[in-house]
Amino acid sequence: MATTTPEHGAEAAGSFPPFDPSTFGSQLLWLAITFGVLYWLMSKVALPRLSDILEVRRDRIMSDLDEAQRLKDESEEAIASYEQALAEARKKAHDIALVARDKAQADVDAEQAKVDTALGVKMAEAEASIAETRKQAMSEVSSIAEDTTSELVNALIGTKPTKAALKKAVSAAEEAA
Amino acid sequence: MANDPIHQFQISKLAPLGEVGGVEFALTNSAVFMIATVAAVAGFLIVGSSSRSLVPGRWQSMTEMAYEFVAKTLRDAAGSEGMRFFPLVFSLFVFVLFANLLGMFPYFFTVTSHIIVTFALAMLVILTVIAYGFMRNGIGFLKLFVPSGIPGILMPLVIAIEVISFLSRPISLSVRLFANMLAGHITLKVFAGFVTSLTAFGAVGVVGSVLPLLMTVALTGLEFLVAFLQAYVFTVLTCMYLNDAVHPGH
Repeated sequence: MATTTPEHGAEAAGSFPPFDPSTFGSQLLWLAITFGVLYWLMSKVALPRLSDILEVRRDRIMSDLDEAQRLKDESEEAIASYEQALAEARKKAHDIALVARDKAQADVDAEQAKVDTALGVKMAEAEASIAETRKQAMSEVSSIAEDTTSELVNALIGTKPTKAALKKAVSAAEEAA
Repeated sequence: MANDPIHQFQISKLAPLGEVGGVEFALTNSAVFMIATVAAVAGFLIVGSSSRSLVPGRWQSMTEMAYEFVAKTLRDAAGSEGMRFFPLVFSLFVFVLFANLLGMFPYFFTVTSHIIVTFALAMLVILTVIAYGFMRNGIGFLKLFVPSGIPGILMPLVIAIEVISFLSRPISLSVRLFANMLAGHITLKVFAGFVTSLTAFGAVGVVGSVLPLLMTVALTGLEFLVAFLQAYVFTVLTCMYLNDAVHPGH
């Protein structure tokens, strides 16, 4: 910068520069001009532009957040409906299993009853046939016993006992046995 | 002359512009630095924000930070109604800040080290407060000087104190900035001057000059802080005074 100039004159040379009134006019003039220009630049160009940038960014962030919230809600909805469907399917499967089990149980019971009756019939038949056989066998046992007894008595005493006596003796022995 | 700590505040005429009513106007070194201040601010803010990126770069981030910093300061002090003064407050902040910071360059002139400049800025603030205060509140603006809840007997005294404190605002606002810049630059110059004058005494002087050199380095850091802080203080006080115009009742 330029060194001190003598233009300020004798009264300025010794005085403290900030308190030298001869420079006030120029400083005020230039301050008014420069600050005026600055104010105009700030209020018309810089500040609207900056506020615009910040506004756009704020709007963008807000809309992004809204979008994110919307997507989140959607996915939560999807999860809820999926879980509901899952629960329904599970319930249905359970019901089906229950019905199938009941049906199988009923089939088994019916089959069992059928088999049981068939067995009962067969058993009754078998018992009847056994009783028949036994009765037959028993009657044969009496006649065999009568024959054997007649032969034994004949061999012992040489005479055959009467039929009536034999019958009586065998049935008495049978009753005693 | 090189060691005269006052020399840096000298206004020098670069081109005379004439005389009106006994007041002479000229293009001075001060005027050049005012123009440089405005150019630097405009370059910083207008070029820095020209890309209008959604995701800002470093430079654009700084312009946005400056914007939001001043906007928050004003909104905190004067509410959303005070935001109508945002261009004024922002211009004051960047003008003072850039003038202070430009003054930190060696051989550069510090615009804010002249009381007439800071006083003019302070008067701009105070006149804005008064003009808007009366425009918005009418005569009710005078309630500013009548705090509520004061017993009647104390009223004259309190009103007198309030009026004096209001009138002293432009003085305190301008002198604070002016004196800080002036004193800081003088101190820097004095300590830097010690370095050169001590080195003239040979080897012992060179060793001894380390101390004022360290002091100069430390003071330079401090002066950068002061340059920012005084711009901020000026802005905060401006916001508080504007709040009086918007909400005159205490």
